[in-house]
Parts: sequence; structure tokens; C-alpha cells
Amino acid sequence: MSQWLPIADLAQKVQAGELTAVALVEQALATIAAKQEFKAIIVTLSERARTRAKAIDATIKAGQSAGRLAGVPFIAKDNFLVFGAATTAASNILKGFNAPYQAVAIEKLEAEGAICVAKANLDAFAHGASTENSDFFTTLNPHDKTRVPGGSSGGSAVAVALDMAPFALGTDTGGSTRQPASFVGCVGFKPTYGLISRSGVVAMASSTDVIGALARTTADVALVLDVMAGKDNLDGTTIDADPAGYTALTTDMHGKKVGLIKEYFGQGADPAVEALIKSAAEKLKVTGVEVVEVSLPTLPVALAVYYILCPAEVSSNLSRYDGQRFGFTSASATDLEQSYTQSRGVGFGKEAKRRIMIGTYVLSSGYYDAYYKKAQTVRTKLINEFNEAFTTVDFLLGPVAPTTAFKIGANSNDPLQMYLADVMTVAANLVGVPAISVPAGLVDGLPVGLQLMAPQRADAALLALAAQAEAVLV
Amino acid sequence: MTEPAIRATYVTTIGIECHVQLKTKTKLFSAVGNDAREAPANSLVCHIDFGMPGALPVLNKQAVYLAVKAAFALGSTPERFSKFDRKHYFYPDLPKGYQITQFDQPIIGQGAITIDVDGVTKTIGITRAHMEEDAGKSTHPAGKDYSLVDLNRAGTPLLEIVSEPDMHSAAEAKAYAHELYLRMRYADVSEANLFYGNMRFDVNVSVSQTNELGTRTETKNINSFRAVEKVVEYEVSRQIEVLEKGGPIVQETRGWDDAKQRTFSQRLKENADDYRYMPDPDLPPIVLDEAYIAAIKAEMPVMPDEWRSRLSSLGLSKSQIDTLIDAQVELSQEHYLELLEAVLGDVTLAKQLANWLVNIDVPYVREHELETRPLDRQALYAAVSGLAADGKLSSTGAKALITDLLATATLPADIAAYAQAKGLVQESDEGAIAKVVKQVVAENPQAAADVKSGEMKAIGFLVGQVMKLSQGKANPSLAQQLIKKQLDI
Repeated sequence: MSQWLPIADLAQKVQAGELTAVALVEQALATIAAKQEFKAIIVTLSERARTRAKAIDATIKAGQSAGRLAGVPFIAKDNFLVFGAATTAASNILKGFNAPYQAVAIEKLEAEGAICVAKANLDAFAHGASTENSDFFTTLNPHDKTRVPGGSSGGSAVAVALDMAPFALGTDTGGSTRQPASFVGCVGFKPTYGLISRSGVVAMASSTDVIGALARTTADVALVLDVMAGKDNLDGTTIDADPAGYTALTTDMHGKKVGLIKEYFGQGADPAVEALIKSAAEKLKVTGVEVVEVSLPTLPVALAVYYILCPAEVSSNLSRYDGQRFGFTSASATDLEQSYTQSRGVGFGKEAKRRIMIGTYVLSSGYYDAYYKKAQTVRTKLINEFNEAFTTVDFLLGPVAPTTAFKIGANSNDPLQMYLADVMTVAANLVGVPAISVPAGLVDGLPVGLQLMAPQRADAALLALAAQAEAVLV
Repeated sequence: MTEPAIRATYVTTIGIECHVQLKTKTKLFSAVGNDAREAPANSLVCHIDFGMPGALPVLNKQAVYLAVKAAFALGSTPERFSKFDRKHYFYPDLPKGYQITQFDQPIIGQGAITIDVDGVTKTIGITRAHMEEDAGKSTHPAGKDYSLVDLNRAGTPLLEIVSEPDMHSAAEAKAYAHELYLRMRYADVSEANLFYGNMRFDVNVSVSQTNELGTRTETKNINSFRAVEKVVEYEVSRQIEVLEKGGPIVQETRGWDDAKQRTFSQRLKENADDYRYMPDPDLPPIVLDEAYIAAIKAEMPVMPDEWRSRLSSLGLSKSQIDTLIDAQVELSQEHYLELLEAVLGDVTLAKQLANWLVNIDVPYVREHELETRPLDRQALYAAVSGLAADGKLSSTGAKALITDLLATATLPADIAAYAQAKGLVQESDEGAIAKVVKQVVAENPQAAADVKSGEMKAIGFLVGQVMKLSQGKANPSLAQQLIKKQLDI
């Protein structure tokens, strides 16, 4: 049982004076301190959080509203800029960087009274599926400390699983919110591309990056989404929020169709995981949905497409980390060229360098058409197939990952094997549709997540299905 | 210096790339002020211009509006679909490590403009024009082991206009550069202040004795029309000299030394740089709808070539036309061409007004450096031409009255009365002048006798006396008639 009430109830009790923001923040900080051994957190923002908590309690004492998330503590992945706080993206090149401005997502949460208590570990620059690519340390899976928590939002997922806060923020570029949610057994939601402003979040691959939310229940995730969603004048790719909001979760599922994705089964995934997901699909019928099988023939190459487009964008987005204006700069460089090569050579970890090199290669003149352009063409084909599939079904269903949490070190010397951990999650990012991971049960004592997807902008319906499924799944 | 006869065997080919700073309030992708002219270094910089982690560009709609206007001004039409791309290279004045520009789908496609060189009209093709952000400014203090970067200019919206290699002489290159300037000013898309670098030219020059183009050099960042001309002249001479000595022309970037009046080698272009262009995923494509484009097209002002043809149909000389065309933008607040436009139907009146503007108004404003004079010129010239038509103003009187009124801050309510009071109106009342004539003839019997005996020179003396007595107010031609009448000739 969680020590936290549902987020809506927490906020209500804080507003009503039955709980205080100060007490909630202390509770979160104490839990973080008690669970240090799992290495989920890079930095706690104790003073900042306590100051905000006092201000919120004072607001309420003065008879004013402190917002829909009044006093609710949360943890942000360390690629979110939180004003005045260190922001590293778990990379040495950003060590010592204090955010001079703040992510819009954080801004919106704080405006409703939420309090950021800590920054969570991740694979550096969100490159990875295990947090092993963090330049600082690897986060441990609460179910088995010899296993990874998934990634790249591994720290955020573990923070939620260990009850450090009622919810955490992640990012999802190729599965980075859903896959760790699946590995630790919490809810991880990736909204429609553009639904939440990316402003103030360290970019990985801009065309697939979304802000994700992790919590114990879909209802909690929906409330957090409701606060963060909407068009933003600091991010030109944002879209309007659903005017009906996301918290109702009451969409009637009778007559709706869920498509079981054929290509995600029988292709080398753990048979026990496949069996659990198929049985979860059966249980889903209780909500009123019909389950059918659908085929998306281009899906098997989605991972290849992703690992061309994503490094291309990564190589471009990481250009600004050049040691000239902020973060790590080489002290031994004697000229500009050396300053660039040494700052980047020392500051970036192995995986960042690997992606920069792959990305630089696929964008080079002479290779652009064969790789980048071809990958974009296949991406368009994939989008068309999803659109086509969504003319016959309302949702898509499959596993989140082919396995349960793997052992620390099992994949770390084999980048291709590591990339395969994303094989079932990248498609939703390439297509820009919302997707969610909800706990479906355990295999050998380790959590397995069920992945549900919906058409673009059908976030509210997807959350409703997930919420209605939660009751019957575990 | 190579012999002119040998020089004549070479054909020069010139293409020009021009960077124009768009006249927006804020930068292309951030809400920071765009006018860096007097700002302290790095005072116009936000997290977006600085390339902070997590900062995203957001397109300035005003820049798109101005680019659409520029499309029409360049004899083109705006593209319904265009997009932004990233051009990658590392330099300290490029904070993101890439410049946001438009690579293969620019907002402005093919167009053409006409230039006028020594009375000959020529069409110069526009290949394309695209929007991009400017970089910051690097300075390298002499003798120091550091460089300085000012990011005020980083993110300033530019339009890069690429011409076809359609120019073949220094004069054509200069005329093209000047015509671009005029068009950007007429369309009001740029301040186009060359001194402040609002408009910069990259001049590509090659020479060849065959039908194939020669190897070209690109002389960058030229900021005056005169220098554009000089660069072409210098490069043509230099390249011919090199070729005549059997040497090759090296494809390279050159700079212009204005003090020494010569170009110099800056950077060899042996290997093309690989900028790894890719579509910018942070910026959705620009999709323009027909109604938006049509509305902007409808508000486009008349371009200089159209004005040239209208003014030459009035019979004005080329230099008069040039004065008016230039004054329209240099002294834009006076709206000279709009004044003329209103009377174009009446050729005599239009011509008279054009003369007043060219000979009196423009020189007066230039001389007195009147930057903003809220004077109702329409009322002024309506009154002056009315008085002239009624014979109440001599040409001298008209000039005096116009000059006098230009000097006043506000126009008098009754200009005719004002002219009268100032003594600028000529007397056309026969009775009054006849009285003076009578007196003059009586007082100058000798002159009168001379006139009578056919010595017509003397009539000038008598008219002069009439003018003197009437304190210059008499209509001189009427005075002459009346003198003749008085003397019965």
C-alpha cells in the first residue's frame, strides 16, 4: 500500500487544512533519504521545496486557493530545468549548470501548487533503456537490486515505485517513460506529440520527444496531464488541450475495438511476457471492448528507422554543448579547436558520442538520402499504417518491452541488444500517438507492463481505457 | 594592367547574394528586441538566442509577413509551403551549433526584377530567397589571447536573396544592388541601412573567354553600392591578369579592403563544407493560405520600375526620375510619389509638380536635414498650383512661396492670403498696373521713345521699372502688354 493518497485527495486535504504542504514535503524527503540505496535521485531540492511548501500553507491559511495540486510533492527527471536548481541530464558536460529559467511543465505544475522535491537519475541525455548510461551511477530496480529499472526515466520510475513522491515526470523519446514503468510496476504515460510543451526540457530527439508522467494510478497521471497539457507560445510544436480535460476517465468502452498488434508477438519476446499480455487482453473485455488482431507490416523496421532519425536529431541537438557558454569546459585547451574537442571529448559519455557519430554519419552529404531520407519515408509509411489501423480499431495493444527487467550489465557491452529494449515502444513516438504502460502482473516476481495506444489527440479515451483496465488487470 | 583589347575578349559573369535584415520588432525565433544598433554587447539575448539547454525557437509571424511582401517586391510569389532547416557548424558566435535557415524549400522561389543601366532596361533573375537567423558577432582584439562574442545580433531575421548570374558588368552589379535596396525599402520590409549592415552583398565574379563559366570568387560582406561596383572592377582585372599570366583562378572566399580598394583572399574553398542540413524538428513548416497571400498582395505599394515608367511618360529626365525614386525612400516621410500619383491624370500639372519637387522640395529637405516634417504637402501644392494657374504666382514667386512654406512648421489656413501678405502674389489687376505703367512711361520719356522707335530692348527696362514701383508684385507679362498699349505699338 502506498503511503500517498490519490493526488486529487491529497491536494484537497491540503487545501482544507487537514494536511500541510510542509508535512508532505518532509514525508517525501524522508522517504528519499530512507531509500538512498536505490540511487534513484541525483539531487534533492530540500530548501527550495520547504520554502515553497511554507508559502503554499500560508496561502491556504490566508483563505486563498493554492491550486489543484496544492502541496503535492513530485520528482522531476534531471533533464527538466527547474529554476535555480542544478540540471545535469545525468551528463558530465552539464555538471555545475544551474537552470536560469524553468521548464513550462514545471511552471504549470508549480502554478497549481505542486512542489518539486528532487531530480531523478536517467541515462545521460536520456540515451538508454536502463539508466546504466548515466554518467553518475546506475539506479537499482526495487524488485531486484541486481536488475536495471529500465530507462531512460529509470530514476523517476523507481522514485514512484518506492513511494518517494505521489508522481514523477519523465520524458519519452522512444519509450523512456513506458519501459521503466513496465520494469518497476507503475503507470507510465506518453501523451500525443505536442500536447505538453517541451520548452525547458533538455532535448533528445525533438521530433519524438514528449513529456511523460509516472504515478501509481492512471487517475493520478490523468490529473497531472490535465495540468500540463496545452498550446504554449514557447514551443511551436504544441497543440491545444482537449477542452473536455483528461480527468473524467468515464468514456464508455462498449462497442470500442482494441487491436492486438500481431507483429509484437512470436518474434522472440519472452513467452511468459507474451502470455501475460494476451491474458491481460482477455481481461480487458470486462470494460466492454472487443479485442481483435491487427497487423502493422512496417512495425518490424520501426526500430531501425528510430535509430537513424533519433541519432540524427541527437547529433544536432547536442551541438550546443560545446564548452563555450555553460557546463563543462576543458581547462587544458590552448585554442578553439582544442576547446571544442576536449570539452566534448571529456564531457560526453560513450553513448552520447556513439549517437553523435551515427547521427553525423547519416546526415552527411552522400549518405543523407540512403539513411535519413529513407528513414523519413518509412516513418511516413508507418504513420499511414497506424492511421489505417485506427480506421478499424479504437486502440492498439501489446507488450511494452519484450522482457522483464534485465540484469545490470547484461546489455551494457552490446549497444544493439540495448536498443532492442525499445523495439515495442518506438513506434508510438515515430507516429506521435499517445501510449501508456499499465501494470499487467508479474513474471517470475518481476513486473510486466501492458501497452495501450490510441490515435493522436485521443489521450482522454486512452486514459479512460487504462483506468478502467487497472481494476481488472492485477 | 592588361590591354583593353585583351580585356574585351573576356566575358564577365556576376551573381549576387544579398542578406537583408527584416524589419521586425523582435528576433526571428525569440521575443527579444531586434535593434542592436546602440545596444551594449550581449544585452539583447534570451535563453533562446543563447542556445540554453531546453530552449526552443518559435517563429516570429511578422518575419513571415515581411518575407511574403518581399516575394512580391522581387517579382516572385510566396511559396504556399516552406520549411526551416538546420545548417551545422561550430563557431563561438553560433550558440546552438547550427544556424536555422531554409535549405531546399525556401519561402520565395524564382522571380525577376528589372534594372536600368544608362537608360537601358535589363531583367535580372532571382533564383530564390530564404529566411534565416543571423549569427552573433565575433571580435578578435589585437595582441590578446582571447576573442569576444556579442550575441545581440544572433537570431536577427534575415532574408537571403540569391540572383541568377545575369549581370555582366560592374555597372549592372551596382544597379542590381541599388534596385534591391529600393525594392526592400519600397515594400517596407527592411530598414536596409547599409551603414548598420542591414543589407550586405556577397559578390560572385568570374571571367571567361569561352561559353563556359570561369572559376568564380566570392567577395563577402560588401556594404555599399559603390563597393559592389569596385569589387567587380577589381576582381575582373585581377582575374584576367592571373589568366593572362597562365595562372589558375582559385575558387575562394575573398574580402574587400575599402582603404586599399582591393579584394584579398580569406579562405580557400577546396572542399565543400558539409553542413549536414536537416529539417528543423522544432519548427512546423510554414503553410500559407491563399487569403493571407492575397491580402498582402493587395497592400503592396507600387515598385520603382513601375514608377519609372509612369514618370518617364510625363517626360521627366532620367536624373529627375532618379531623384524622385530615391527621395521616396531616403525622405520617405514626405511621400513625394503619392503626391504625384494623385495628379498623374493632368500631365501639365503633374510635370509642374514634379519640377517643384525635384528642384525645390527635395533639395530643401535634403539641405535642412528635415527628418520628419508634418507638413500637408497635398494642401501646399494644391494651393501653389492654384495660385500659379490663376497667374498670381510667377515662377520665382512660386519658388519663394514653396520654400517659405517648407520652412514653416504648420501651413497657414489661407495660403493665398499668406502669399499676398508676404508680397509674393503678382498684381494682375489691369487697372492698378496701368496706373503704374502710366507713371513709368511719364518718368522715362527717353526709354519710351526708344521703344516706340522699335528699340525693343528698352521695353525690358520699362518693365523693370514697373516691377520696381510695384514692389515686384506686378505680373511682368501683363506689364509688358500694358506698356505696349500705352505707347500704341
